[in-house]
Amino acid sequence: MGLKGRAAITGVADYKNVRNYTGKRKFFLEQWAELTQMALADAGLSKHDVDGLCCAAIPESTMFAPATIAEYLGLQVNFAETVDLGGASSVSMIWRAAAAIEMGICEAVVCAAPGLPIPSNPNPLPKDPSRVYGSTSAKWGSPQAEYDVPYGNVAQNAGYALIAQRYAATYGYDERALAKIAVDQRTNAQGNPKAVFFGEPITIDDVLQSKMIADPLHILEIVMPCAGGSAVVVVSERLAKKCQHRPVYVTGFGERLTTRSVTYADDMTVSPVGPAAASAFAMSGKKPKDVDVLEAYDCYTITVLLTIEDSGFCHKGEGITFVKENGLTFNGSFPVNTHGGQLGAGQAAGMAGGMSQPVEGVRQIMGRANGRQVDNCNAALITGTGGIMSEQSAIILEGA
Amino acid sequence: MVSIRPLPIPTPNSEPFWNGLANHQVNLQQCNDCRAWVFYPRSHCNGCLSPNLTWRKVAGNGTLYTYTVARRPTAPQFIDETPQLIAVVELNEGVRLNSVMVNVLPEALFIGMPVKPVFHQQDSATLLYFEPA
Repeated sequence: MGLKGRAAITGVADYKNVRNYTGKRKFFLEQWAELTQMALADAGLSKHDVDGLCCAAIPESTMFAPATIAEYLGLQVNFAETVDLGGASSVSMIWRAAAAIEMGICEAVVCAAPGLPIPSNPNPLPKDPSRVYGSTSAKWGSPQAEYDVPYGNVAQNAGYALIAQRYAATYGYDERALAKIAVDQRTNAQGNPKAVFFGEPITIDDVLQSKMIADPLHILEIVMPCAGGSAVVVVSERLAKKCQHRPVYVTGFGERLTTRSVTYADDMTVSPVGPAAASAFAMSGKKPKDVDVLEAYDCYTITVLLTIEDSGFCHKGEGITFVKENGLTFNGSFPVNTHGGQLGAGQAAGMAGGMSQPVEGVRQIMGRANGRQVDNCNAALITGTGGIMSEQSAIILEGA
Repeated sequence: MVSIRPLPIPTPNSEPFWNGLANHQVNLQQCNDCRAWVFYPRSHCNGCLSPNLTWRKVAGNGTLYTYTVARRPTAPQFIDETPQLIAVVELNEGVRLNSVMVNVLPEALFIGMPVKPVFHQQDSATLLYFEPA
């Protein structure tokens, strides 16, 4: 079933993450052009090789995003997809690209996630009242508008806090272990000059003394929004052979969606990443012990803990012990989010935060993660998380 | 006040639920075919997709499935209500819903706490809050 591992990522590109961006503002179409040009140059390919694209929504056009991007870049494609899976979008773009390539309908697919600020509109439109709660829909007829928003359960912090509290009551909790996730990832960010927290290591006490946002989540356990953006190029085996770097094959994937609001999850302490990762492992013939690095979507520390457990790196309920017994740094016994993750490197706007994990997995396997390189890195599990831990995707990447 | 509190706007499907709260009673849908209780209100059962749902009055009692004490407002519209005691309650019928805990100190809350309904008037709407049973 599934992929044969005949599509590879051969080029990546990303902007430096910046908290207070003062550079030139660019439309998403401009960022698409720039990131594509950079990623193709990295892959040693030209624009004329590209015959597919995967995107998320772009602010310039609420419909027809792929055609608008193709037109702007001057592309003609056999495969185009807008992926609407929140933080899971980037990982899901990559497996869709790999599947389309293996089916033989295209040979080079660009997947990009811009996240720099766009220019200020000289004729600003009135703020859309249905978007006042961010990703929580306030539109009439939306279950969120009717049953989440009036009770204040909006945006992400409360939802993940509810998950963490239920986890604590079910399996026990150690706030120092959760804080260690943020600390180890911040240590990794010290090897990544593109991270917003480059040059700013932290300690467990720093995390525990930081402001409590929603019990039990401290502000240093929550991602820092920033400007950024990144892209990858996924190509056929034929084009991969022309690549100037070690090709990184997509050998397995999985995807699982359950609810929009985590309130209605069967068990709030269990992430749908379980079936997604199990599918990815089965397809690739790998087991959790076979991967050298985990690049896990990390909007919160609890997300990383549950991803470690439910992906099968330890038994359910034993994640806290696992985190305490393992170093999660790039030179530790279980490297996680070696670029710092979104907790340490920042969460670029749009859907770009979730593209940072596959880009880092590729750099590790290519052996290009200067300053944070994992020794003998040949295989990685990459996860994406959207909704409130309710949309999950996973891919296995392997070096040729 | 920076903004007004958001209120639910009932749909044709959900009117019996919100009208029930206005009359201080909890109405839930039950599936005539698979007997599942359904929340939130729907056109079809989310257990078996049957369209044969019947509204029934229930006691509204349950337990606290999880909660958080939001010390920063989750949105500017809730700035006057911090800390917000955001709760997920599991009714005795088995369905879960978002709510707010009232008449209790944050430090007294615990998961598994028995709770009972409070019909909270918020401007023109009645919301289903809970307090310790």
